Amino acid sequence: MPMKIGNQPFWERVETNLHNQFMRGAVAGMQDRGYERRIGVTKELGNWEEWRSLGEEIRQHTLENLDYYLMQLSENVAKRGGHVFFAKTAEEANNYIRNVAMQKKAKKIVKSKSMVTEEINLNPVLEAIGCEVIETDLGEYILQIDDHDPPSHIVGPALHKNKEQIRDVFRRKLGYQKSEKPEELALHARKMLRREYLTADIGITGCNFAIAESGSITLVTNEGNADLVTSLPKTQITVMGMERIVPTFEEMEVLVSMLTRSAVGQKLTSYITVLTGPRDEGDADGPEEFHLVIVDNGRSTILGTEFQSVLQCIRCAACVNVCPVYRHIGGHSYGSIYSGPIGAVLSPLLGGYDDYKELPYASSLCAACTEVCPVKIPLHELLLKHRQVIVEREGKAPVAEKLAMKAFRLGTSSPFLYQFGSKVAPNALAPFTSDDRISKGPGPLKAWTESREFPAPNKERFRDWFRKHQKGGDKQ
Amino acid sequence: MKVSLFVTCLIDLFYTNAGKATVELLERLGCEVDFPEAQTCCGQPAYNSGYAKEAKEAMKHMIRTFEHADYVVTPSGSCASMFKEYPHIFRGDPEWEPKAKALAAKTYELTQFLVDVLKVEDVGAKLEGRATYHTSCHMTRLLGVKEAPFRLLKNVKGLELVPLPNAHQCCGFGGTFSVKMGPISEQMVDEKIEHIEETQADYLIGADCGCLMNIGGRIKRQGKPIKIMHIAEVLNSR
Repeated sequence: MPMKIGNQPFWERVETNLHNQFMRGAVAGMQDRGYERRIGVTKELGNWEEWRSLGEEIRQHTLENLDYYLMQLSENVAKRGGHVFFAKTAEEANNYIRNVAMQKKAKKIVKSKSMVTEEINLNPVLEAIGCEVIETDLGEYILQIDDHDPPSHIVGPALHKNKEQIRDVFRRKLGYQKSEKPEELALHARKMLRREYLTADIGITGCNFAIAESGSITLVTNEGNADLVTSLPKTQITVMGMERIVPTFEEMEVLVSMLTRSAVGQKLTSYITVLTGPRDEGDADGPEEFHLVIVDNGRSTILGTEFQSVLQCIRCAACVNVCPVYRHIGGHSYGSIYSGPIGAVLSPLLGGYDDYKELPYASSLCAACTEVCPVKIPLHELLLKHRQVIVEREGKAPVAEKLAMKAFRLGTSSPFLYQFGSKVAPNALAPFTSDDRISKGPGPLKAWTESREFPAPNKERFRDWFRKHQKGGDKQ
Repeated sequence: MKVSLFVTCLIDLFYTNAGKATVELLERLGCEVDFPEAQTCCGQPAYNSGYAKEAKEAMKHMIRTFEHADYVVTPSGSCASMFKEYPHIFRGDPEWEPKAKALAAKTYELTQFLVDVLKVEDVGAKLEGRATYHTSCHMTRLLGVKEAPFRLLKNVKGLELVPLPNAHQCCGFGGTFSVKMGPISEQMVDEKIEHIEETQADYLIGADCGCLMNIGGRIKRQGKPIKIMHIAEVLNSR
């Protein structure tokens, strides 16, 4: 699955998803259940705003010194006998991983959840050389066996499916014969997956945080699948976005506390695993060989720009979970594996404006995302910056809009034109007005009046009344 | 105390009554209200659409228009938060940044001004009925004014204030969002109205005419009996 999902235009995707009542119910339910829970567990930490400032500071410091920490990380991984590869592009990352798989004559590869491997579209590359690739995160597993249905949420990728749908997929693809009870479904997946771990040649993981001082990687899951992926196969490959790094264990602990609370409203997830290199002599388990693939794929071009703060992201999806637009259109409408506010900011940066030019506008700028972000990414401001880039640098704005904004500039910077315009507006709109409203507006009002009444401008503007009022005339 | 009123373009043209109520309320509380005639719009429609250059012209004009003021008061959380953004927008501009800062520092949203500056929470208003209050996004999240409207409304005699479920959720206005992303905006406002109906309120009160135009426009289209009121009108009811 590459970052871009499908070729349908934005509005077609939105239209389809607005009619998907099940998906909308599932998303709204998730958002509503999570809202109070997230607030509750963040309060437990004391002053959450201070925590956010700390989170922001850690992430900003790391990004400002990213070269230093990446060097430190790679040195420490190498010291522990691991291999490090810096991949400038998706292709370089995929080639490296394919070569490892070929060297190992791998037949079966198990994976724990990783958005960056989706972004670089790794699975088809491995499948093309004859490897069987199995996703072990339950959500990802469901999507994979359902003919590679794309993820609709960065933390809960199968959020758009209900238990009946999952039961049907299991019946169709796995010969499952039991009910739609989540326990029975999970047990079945567990049985299927256990066999895979035991016979896999390579385990591939993502990375929540790499720790520079020790060369370790941190994996956060609720299913424990990452622990099996990293302890059973002989070779482990960890793939990380180049920004997913912290200086020391201390910062990792702060950010993990914030991550689990922001992502799922939990103090801790069931499993938080820190792994350092291949197994040492005397270790009971762990891989014999360890590879760390650090992926740039466009990230370094964001560094040093007005969008740098997006790299602070720790992929908790708190912004997705409060977004009122995501609530109605769901993840697939974004056309990218990264959905919601973070996806609307990140996708155009990694994938370009041609494919994602609508996303920065798919926000009412309500700032709910900015308010909850644990590392204080000003998400709604970044969406606004995208709009400025689209208008000013890319020149992709519609002509009518450009003209309207020219008129806005003239009308609002000249009191004479503003007063003249507002004076004649009631007469100009009179043909469209009945009583106090406009029900079928011309020009830009048309879209508004598709679903709403527009108020008719008052013949007596406020300023007219105020003049009379000052003379005492309004009292008569 | 002399107060310069920034009435906002929406109130000047469409919601005149909210403007009148603001003036009468401030005067009743002992303020002298000045209305600089040259005022236009805060620039937000252009700025939020990505037209920073065009918006800056409007902003400079507004800075000049209110240069003389001691206090700038506006019956809109969103427009007030836009004024507060000016220093950020003109950052690094030696001429305009200091002026933008001066304007931002003396700007208050109406309820914020009443509670924080005039130190009034009971304005002696009276309105019979059941009401719910829409917390607008820019007023609560960007301006940070969360409590003031509730403190004032609590003291309105005869008014039963019912909490609005999912109050934190945007009504779907978002300026040009409401027309650019019309079908999405429509779903958002419909959900907002469902929650308003759950409260069985007679009145929906708000402090931002953008939101009220959106919610009110949809309610009117649906022919529902809920009455929309700007908080200034409520506080000026006697």
